[in-house]
Amino acid sequence: MSAGPVGTAPVSAPALERPVTGPRGRTAVRVGPVSVVLRWRHLLVPLVALVVLVLVSAVSIGRGDYPIGIPDVLRTVVGLGDGPQEFIVLRLRAPRVVVGLLVGLALGVAGAVFQTFARNPLAAPDTLGITMGASVGAVAAIVLSGGTSAGALLGGLGIPLAALLGALVTGLLLFLLAWRAGVDGYRLVLVGIALWSMGAALVDWMLTNAEIYDAASAYVWITGSLNARTWDQAVPLAVALAVLLPLALATGRALSVMQFGDDTARGLGLRLAGAQAAVVLLAVGLTAAAVAAAGPITFVALVVPQIAVRLAGGSRPPLLASGLLGAVLVVTADLVTRTVLPTALPVGILTAVIGAPYLLWLLVRGRRQLT
Amino acid sequence: MTTTADAPVRGGAAPSGTPAARRTARGRRLAVLLVLLLLVVAAGLASIAVGTRSIGLGDVWRGLLDSDLTTEESVIVRQLRVPRTVLGLMVGAALGVAGALMQGHTRNPLGDPGLLGVTAGASLAVVVAIWAFGITSPGGYVWFAFAGALAGTVLVYAVGSAGRGGPTPVTLALAGAALSALLYALVRAILVSDQQSLDAFRFWQVGALAGRDADVAWQVAPFVVLGLLLAVVNAPALNLLGLGEDVARGLGQRIWLARAVGLAAITLLCGAATAACGPIAFVGLVVPHVVRALTGPDHRWLIPGSALAGAVLLLTADVIGRVVARPGELQVGIVLALVGGPFFLALVRRRRSMAL
Repeated sequence: MSAGPVGTAPVSAPALERPVTGPRGRTAVRVGPVSVVLRWRHLLVPLVALVVLVLVSAVSIGRGDYPIGIPDVLRTVVGLGDGPQEFIVLRLRAPRVVVGLLVGLALGVAGAVFQTFARNPLAAPDTLGITMGASVGAVAAIVLSGGTSAGALLGGLGIPLAALLGALVTGLLLFLLAWRAGVDGYRLVLVGIALWSMGAALVDWMLTNAEIYDAASAYVWITGSLNARTWDQAVPLAVALAVLLPLALATGRALSVMQFGDDTARGLGLRLAGAQAAVVLLAVGLTAAAVAAAGPITFVALVVPQIAVRLAGGSRPPLLASGLLGAVLVVTADLVTRTVLPTALPVGILTAVIGAPYLLWLLVRGRRQLT
Repeated sequence: MTTTADAPVRGGAAPSGTPAARRTARGRRLAVLLVLLLLVVAAGLASIAVGTRSIGLGDVWRGLLDSDLTTEESVIVRQLRVPRTVLGLMVGAALGVAGALMQGHTRNPLGDPGLLGVTAGASLAVVVAIWAFGITSPGGYVWFAFAGALAGTVLVYAVGSAGRGGPTPVTLALAGAALSALLYALVRAILVSDQQSLDAFRFWQVGALAGRDADVAWQVAPFVVLGLLLAVVNAPALNLLGLGEDVARGLGQRIWLARAVGLAAITLLCGAATAACGPIAFVGLVVPHVVRALTGPDHRWLIPGSALAGAVLLLTADVIGRVVARPGELQVGIVLALVGGPFFLALVRRRRSMAL
């Protein structure tokens, strides 16, 4: 938020000749010409998140009308299960968990990228209008499919494709309208506000004009749900993420340089316009893929990066940790809604119910101000 | 203080800080406010004259002046159009000012006044009013919405200031985002499982001036007036806070007092507006950015400017909404975003945006 070009420099350990322990939890390691600052919490948080993710996913796959123990689930996933269990685990239950996991991963990373890029803890696909664009597409497909010819066309596409289209169009508009020989983070935010407002108005307009049955099913979609997801949704999402996620994680270096402001980044040898375009478009792509699969699951992209930066330390939301924590949150929320609650609420409700108190707790006991 | 506030103003011919430059800047800002005031009057007259039944300006004038007149036109003017116009004026001004205060206090361009828990709290209260008490008229929601808005803000402020650092803008914004998400989750949980509530709630959620009678305007008026007064009082302190809390403290500003006054004003203004019309995000988000580009970041000018511009914007959108979908009308919240959005985009692209 502080737009000062020189914020808190993340690296303060001097390049010394032997390993030294830095101020707190940092160790500088030098091997030949390469020197790295090791921050233990940066390594520990993703690792712990990964372990928790595997466990929660296994529990989630195991729970249901026919309970399966965690060891059996893990054995089946690596290909050592027996017939009926294999069918239940791989055919029936795994797709839903896989979609949830991948969506959380994509939204967490996309949120962290946007927040770092705009230097604003409130910047996220949700506040910048991208998920709202997806909602416009999906709600139009649900509500208008009976009526006008354009609506019938959208309805023929199917809801996921309409959502994907909406998110991509909005994301591209965001990028193009914010582009003027480079993307300024501040202009991106302002353009995002306008796109979000217009999308919200369109959604509200369609909801008020729709039949109440259509409005109700549209409302469930807007909340974000994992109901009835199969490999048909999981496989395209996995393919998209296999391409986009490594590229997005690779922008981490460019992002940490951009943090110092445009002039400094240029001075450090970053090709600024290209890097900005890559960062924004990758985050848009991740969001669009996630939203097409499960709807705009609220809260993940906006708040998980803030949780991640408070856990892992550092001066900006860590990309990988944000993604893994996002996956943990979505899978956990889905597990809770399927097992604990009497009626199965859409997962988008539970992500906020589980995630918000945790962020609030971190805020209350937090020591220093982070942006 | 004046010099620091004047320094970033663009377009001043002379170097800023000199008396001549200060005079030019002040003249420019006065001109901006004057033009906005004229626009408010024009939009107000249009709002009284235009509708399902168009009324000539002559009839408007007679209907306003002569309260004994009982022609159909004068009754429409006095009983329907004037209350609606007054409500639109108040809500527009309230939202514009609340947005300016919110962006000033959080120093965040995404600082929607509803972020402090106002909108989420009001939404939850209205949903409960519909779901549990079976209330379905906009007039019936007002006190529920207002109580919900107050409760939401108090909750956000309590959590945001519970940390060791106290209520910093970042913790407040994040606490607001987290608590809003939590409250909306409850709203959604009810709406997803009860179709009847959704049926009533979707019309409140859009944000509209239609169907609010004069009572609603009178109910929220005291809160809007009080909020506007607090906002004006808060303006100089907000300028100091813009220099950073440490500098402001060094210059003798009591930080907590300034924050408390500002937050109280935001809550009153945004809460009253939301109670009367439902959640309208666009005005609070966009108006301060537009006005800041005209008057500069000095809050003593930005706040009155935002009040006037907010009123113009809301009334104009309401009039457009009555014209485009005859014989029905399009709700003001929808028109605002769909017509105002492209305009704002053009503005953002054309100018070098004025950072907070």
